[in-house]
Amino acid sequence: MYDFAYQKPSSLADAVKALRADADAKALAGGMTLIPVLKQRLNKPSVVVDLAKLGLVGITVSGNTVSIAGMTTHGAVAHNADVKAKIPGLAELASVIGDDAVRHRGTIGGSLANNDPAADYPAAVLALGATIKTDRRSIKADDFFQGMFTTALEQGEIITAVEFPVPEKSGYEKFRNPASRYAIVGVYVAKTAGGVRVAVTGAGQNGVFRQTAMEQALSANFSPDAIAKIVTPADGMNGDIHASAEYRAHLVGVIAKRAVARAH
Amino acid sequence: MPFEGIGASVRRKEDARFLNGRGNYTDDINRPGQLHAYIRRADRPHATIKGIDTSAAAKAPGVVAVFTGADLAADNVGGLPCGWQIHNKDGSPMAEPPHPVLAIGKVRHVGDPVAVVIAETKQAAKDAAEQIVIDYQDLPAAASLRDAIAAGAPTVHDEVPGNICYDWHIGDKAVVDAAFAKAAKVVKLDLTNNRLIPNAMEPRAAVGDYDVNSGDFTLFTTSQNPHVIRLLMGAFVLHIPENRLRVVAPDVGGGFGSKIYHYAEEAIVTWAAGKVRRPVKWTAERTESFMSDAHGRDHVSTAEMALDADGNFLALRISTLANMGAYLSTFAPCIPTYLYATLLAGVYKTPVIYCEVKAVFTNTVPVDAYRGAGRPEATFLIERLVDACAHDTGMDRVAIRRKNFIAADAFPYQTPVALQYDSGNYQATLDACLKAADHAGFEARRSAAVGRGKLRGIGISTYIEACGIAPSAVVGSLGARAGLYECAEIRVHPTGSVTVFTGSHSHGQGHETTFAQLVSAQLGVPMDQVDVVHGDTAKIPFGMGTYGSRSLAVGGSAMVKAMDKVIAKGKKIAAHLMEASVDDIEFKDGKFTVAGTDKSKALAEISLAAYVPHNYPIEELEPGLDETAFYDPKNFTFPAGCHIAEIEIDRDTGVVEVMNFVAVDDVGRVINPMIVEGQVQGGVAQGIGQALLENAVYDKDGQLLSGSMMDYTMPRADNLPNIKVATETTLCTHNPLGVKGCGEVGAIGSPPAIIGAIVDALKDYGVRHIDMPASPQKIWSIIQAGQPRMAAE
Repeated sequence: MYDFAYQKPSSLADAVKALRADADAKALAGGMTLIPVLKQRLNKPSVVVDLAKLGLVGITVSGNTVSIAGMTTHGAVAHNADVKAKIPGLAELASVIGDDAVRHRGTIGGSLANNDPAADYPAAVLALGATIKTDRRSIKADDFFQGMFTTALEQGEIITAVEFPVPEKSGYEKFRNPASRYAIVGVYVAKTAGGVRVAVTGAGQNGVFRQTAMEQALSANFSPDAIAKIVTPADGMNGDIHASAEYRAHLVGVIAKRAVARAH
Repeated sequence: MPFEGIGASVRRKEDARFLNGRGNYTDDINRPGQLHAYIRRADRPHATIKGIDTSAAAKAPGVVAVFTGADLAADNVGGLPCGWQIHNKDGSPMAEPPHPVLAIGKVRHVGDPVAVVIAETKQAAKDAAEQIVIDYQDLPAAASLRDAIAAGAPTVHDEVPGNICYDWHIGDKAVVDAAFAKAAKVVKLDLTNNRLIPNAMEPRAAVGDYDVNSGDFTLFTTSQNPHVIRLLMGAFVLHIPENRLRVVAPDVGGGFGSKIYHYAEEAIVTWAAGKVRRPVKWTAERTESFMSDAHGRDHVSTAEMALDADGNFLALRISTLANMGAYLSTFAPCIPTYLYATLLAGVYKTPVIYCEVKAVFTNTVPVDAYRGAGRPEATFLIERLVDACAHDTGMDRVAIRRKNFIAADAFPYQTPVALQYDSGNYQATLDACLKAADHAGFEARRSAAVGRGKLRGIGISTYIEACGIAPSAVVGSLGARAGLYECAEIRVHPTGSVTVFTGSHSHGQGHETTFAQLVSAQLGVPMDQVDVVHGDTAKIPFGMGTYGSRSLAVGGSAMVKAMDKVIAKGKKIAAHLMEASVDDIEFKDGKFTVAGTDKSKALAEISLAAYVPHNYPIEELEPGLDETAFYDPKNFTFPAGCHIAEIEIDRDTGVVEVMNFVAVDDVGRVINPMIVEGQVQGGVAQGIGQALLENAVYDKDGQLLSGSMMDYTMPRADNLPNIKVATETTLCTHNPLGVKGCGEVGAIGSPPAIIGAIVDALKDYGVRHIDMPASPQKIWSIIQAGQPRMAAE
């Protein structure tokens, strides 16, 4: 990696200040993407601002909302009794991100801010209609994801927490890239009083997206059969040496059915 | 003391240090005053170098020197040599274009080394390397076999128009064509053997050291054969006499063939150490491994079998294109010829065989031996073709194999492709494997799978391979530029402990255990008093190293020869001490006994007498008990066996899961069954990797798309079933231990069993063959294409 300065502020205000002061500053949350990128010299930040001392860790339940602080690790979410009780699909999703080592370093805020098109969390956040809380505002999931590696976050804006409304039931399934084990297709399905939301990660050229045809069918009849005949168009899907756009489109249907069957 | 003799599953002596992180690998070696090398490599597949500006890099902080191909040429550094010369059909030698250590004039593959920065730290070297400005003029690339032989294809080497390295053949074409003309049936199959990237756990590394006082060079390197590196690099590249060059290959973390070859980086650090008069270290980053370690396989073939009306094989005709990559790696030319085409008889009595092989230069990383080296390519081709014969004739896959097997009483068996098999029993390994795999119960398991929505299939492979490539005189006549013997020195110390110096090299095989076990058993010395030394040209007489599963068959035989000399000398000493005739001395269980008496002397008493020769036949016998032997085998050894795989396919996604895998191998006498089981399991894991997961992919422009672990799929534990391993033994008839070799059988035998099982599972979908890897997408496409056919039936 290239040389860079390193800061580890102990207040949110100082962290924001450090990130705003320098357009080439980078925030370090879990580092599960940033560190490999730095090692490969694909990024050359002037300063890395470590968010580990900001106290942004923990999971709280308030009424019908589960709130996960931004620096909470995937492992903590996967094993949290409240998450398992209230939104078991979310705990299951967290339990299949990366491997054990990744789950004990990677954070929900880091994952969302990075918005890797093959990351798992964006599917849950979008399907559950979560709210992303930052140092300065609240952002609805529908407004947050703005394409591959692009979000509504401003320079120096830090995710402090993610608030998930508790659904009636939800579930996540993914089809892994055989090499990287990232999602080739990941589908999160959430059934709420307001209807069903289906979010697909891994497949789309613009990152996570909602499969509205499936949402309508599932809102009428929440069962795998209800979406068996829905064809997801290959237009707009990613293609690579592991999975063509057509194969991904097909897998969206298969994996969505499995997510519905798994939902609880 | 537990039984430690031949046949005991003794735990590996070397594992304590490996498992505790105390191995001593090349990258662990640091010399006083050491500098670091970073190599600037081509980021494009094919381009003319119009200029290289190193001025900024040379001035960068911490930089000691920057070198390019011109600097090496100015110092009379030679190109990397090729160790095997193949001749064309017309008798002319193969094309052998230069392989510069650092590119001169042109780059020919992504990863081709262009310049090297020597600096105080690796970081400084890397920073400076980015400041080297290379003025390239891009050329179109020949990225694949088909592209490289097409009319008007880009020329990889200007001196090799058409990109053909050689056009070679074996067998009598006219006789084979005549047999085809009379055949009742001809079965034809086109197939590809996918390109693989070795990915040893330890990346390659090299440390060059130069002694200013003596003028001696030392190279520490990740090699499977340090003497071969000393010979090639000393004689052909750097022109350093052997007495001035020491090569050490310490603990090496996996090779699989990729660490046989003499690589540019070894020459760079050794030469540069002399230039800057300080030690120089280079360690590959994983990305460099992907683009600079020799790749494996990469064949495209057409195979045809002629059969009579009863399903007997009459003749086999094969045409193969083999990818050499951009340059000839050390042993590349012999892989698709003498390690491939000579195995095409398989375990079958096919009377006549003809094979032609065109080796082709492409703008890709050089291709050379990779675990199995030619035999996996031959086995995949034959076994898939035999399955296709069963498919096309309606015969059972087991029955057609039995019908055509070389009979157990037919040995020695002369094949029509040069090799003479010394021993084997293919019916026995087949029967044992069918039983262990519960072949008879398969249809019930298939039906049960249908109930779970899965397609289940079973596949069988009855393979043969050849290990311990030899004898030297024969391989020399076939184009080898090296001998293929092995040496061993057995040094019995004064108090009876033993050090074994072997020219074989362990990079995961467990030699420190197996060899100690062998010597312990033969000399009657406890294993903990036997140490094995390998991997250092300053310590070993001369070693040809480890590849082709040769270590026990060739290196172990040399040990037996040396031990025979030790025992013979010991008998003379014992006869003197016990005042008996040497003919009456027997040696057993570590004791020299006068036959028919209770008079005996332990080995330690004899060795003490040998080193303290007070009462000693000094007139007839030299002191000491230290013997060296070189063993040049009379023939290859021929491990063979049967592998059976059962797989299930998820119809919706195309994902293949290996449910059961059974390997029954005849590897000759087994010294340590646990190590054999581990070797076979590791080989099968690589075979399953090739069959289902691994694929080196270049795009049409010559960029390596599968250039990291993010895209190159190595097999992982959850891709693999519990691999059941058993052995059935026939002894090798021409080496003293009766051993054959077990290092590669897993990787050789398993791929066609996996693919055969997948094709069996998909038999209702109109598929007769699937090339590797059988990725989920590929299987899904087959299922999609087969749906209308299913609906119509």
